[in-house]
Amino acid sequence: MIGLLQDRRVRLVAIWVVLLAMPFWIPLVGGYTALASRVLILGLAAMALNLLLGFTGVMSFGHTAYFGLGAYGTGLALKYATTSTPLALLAGVLLGGAAGMLFGALIVRRRGVYFAMVTIAFSQICYFVAFRWNSLTGGDDGLRGFARQPLHFPGFIVDIQQNGTLFFYFVLAVFALGAGGMGIVLRSPFGRTLLAIRENERRARFLGIPIERHIWLSFSISCFFTALAGGLYALLNNFADPLTLHYSLAGQLVIMTVMGGMRSFWGPLLGAAVFVVMQDYISSVTVNWMSFIGLMFVLVVLFFPRGLLGIFQRKQGA
Amino acid sequence: MLQLVLFNVTNGLIIGAFYVLMALGLSMILNLSNVINFAHGTFLALGGYLAYVMIPYTGYWLALLLAPIAAAVIGFAVERFMIRRVYDRDPVYSLLLTFGLAFMIQDGARFIWGAQPLPLTIPDVMQQPLSEDLFFVTYYRLFMMAIVAVTVVGLFAFLRYTRLGVRIRAGTLDLDTVSVLGVNVRLLRSLNFGVGIFLAGLSGVLAAGQNSLNPTMGDGLLMPSFIAIIVGGVGSLGGTLAGGLIIGVASALTTVFFPEASDAVMYVIMALVLLVRPRGLFGEEGMLT
Repeated sequence: MIGLLQDRRVRLVAIWVVLLAMPFWIPLVGGYTALASRVLILGLAAMALNLLLGFTGVMSFGHTAYFGLGAYGTGLALKYATTSTPLALLAGVLLGGAAGMLFGALIVRRRGVYFAMVTIAFSQICYFVAFRWNSLTGGDDGLRGFARQPLHFPGFIVDIQQNGTLFFYFVLAVFALGAGGMGIVLRSPFGRTLLAIRENERRARFLGIPIERHIWLSFSISCFFTALAGGLYALLNNFADPLTLHYSLAGQLVIMTVMGGMRSFWGPLLGAAVFVVMQDYISSVTVNWMSFIGLMFVLVVLFFPRGLLGIFQRKQGA
Repeated sequence: MLQLVLFNVTNGLIIGAFYVLMALGLSMILNLSNVINFAHGTFLALGGYLAYVMIPYTGYWLALLLAPIAAAVIGFAVERFMIRRVYDRDPVYSLLLTFGLAFMIQDGARFIWGAQPLPLTIPDVMQQPLSEDLFFVTYYRLFMMAIVAVTVVGLFAFLRYTRLGVRIRAGTLDLDTVSVLGVNVRLLRSLNFGVGIFLAGLSGVLAAGQNSLNPTMGDGLLMPSFIAIIVGGVGSLGGTLAGGLIIGVASALTTVFFPEASDAVMYVIMALVLLVRPRGLFGEEGMLT
């Protein structure tokens, strides 16, 4: 069984079977369909973050800026401009991605904790704008008054508006596009170059690789996919919350990534699943859920820094 | 009109003073340990709560000194048993660790003392205003500013004239060389962390007397402190001091003329600095960047 799982193709099929069947098995473990959608969405965001964090070695601690902008862009488009869910999603992606491209160009020379600090500050600017610009964003209460619309295909309509399970499959389809896109990026020569930068920036620079341009591209791509996840999140809740821009969610995205395993492509999805399900469960049984989440951060950092898949890979190696 | 301007400028100076104390501690820890201490704001709250517990037994004046020291001891222990273990790893781990600690300390404070604001009693004499014209300037506000000024001067004197302070500054520039010269760098970092937390705890006690105690009282100060450090330049304590004062006074003056933008102004300043001088006003190129 374990031997079979070492085959890449078998593993891939297994992952997709598990994801496709999620609405059927998640009630068995105490979950519900909307929770499954949440797992996929935050998983997509964490995987997008990992493109930067795990595969380029650049630490953004403010990725919620692009997640939240994706959410607000999608929500605003649905509220004021269009009745097409995919178009609205595209608007969110463009808003978040463009913000990432602009801001990335400003900070691409920074490294390490300083890079993290300015990304946090930028996410805080976005949070602040959403919080204060009451007339447009709804301020503290968040953006309401929009709803995801059924998908119109020639000849038939898919009602993702009312039917949560159909919406889950819509999310899964978008997730598949996102994961596929990131997979292609990482397997391309460009993606290999990112690994080289992660492993040894100075050596990569001596090889003639334009480091800044590569990091900027990686940052921008990561922001586009994060914004895609953010847009889905707004569709899931029919609501855009200023907290989706706050850096505390960014911290949670980072812990999902690390907990799942920064060095693996699918790790962040696993981390997101564990985190989301645990948070859902813990906050339903105790008001002191923050302590447990905090404890989880500390335990992961001190005892499982390689993440869940990291443990697995190490055992394989041994 | 003059009163209004004065009122806002005093407010700005006081808020700026809190920014400075917070940011100096954060900056010291960042410079020597390369760790962004997300838990700094919760240590501030912890300092306030410790004073709240101590005052019935020790009185206000002793608690003002003892509570920050107690917070510093806790900070020292946290550094020794947890944060120290991630120094050699990818910086993402130290961020996550302090992030988790912030959650735990904040929730712990809520568990022990409740989410409702608690008052911290200050001596009666300090609650009096200076005069009828200056009704908004209580003695307490002057006292706070004096304490902050004395602390900042003391801190810079400590860093310049004591052996420990000089070692901390040298470690900021080149920790490896300091270590090779026979200084116990591990202890140095722990002590430095403790000093940073002392500053947070002190601002907690002062802030609690001004407003009141609640578990999230430090949250609002964390982000301005970050911005003070970025504006002043990473690696430069003097820069952090200037950065804190600049954003404090700037937001106070905007309150007078354009109240809606009073919070936004520090972000604008930061954006300008990042555009024009990315290393910060007093930062040196290559420092942690």
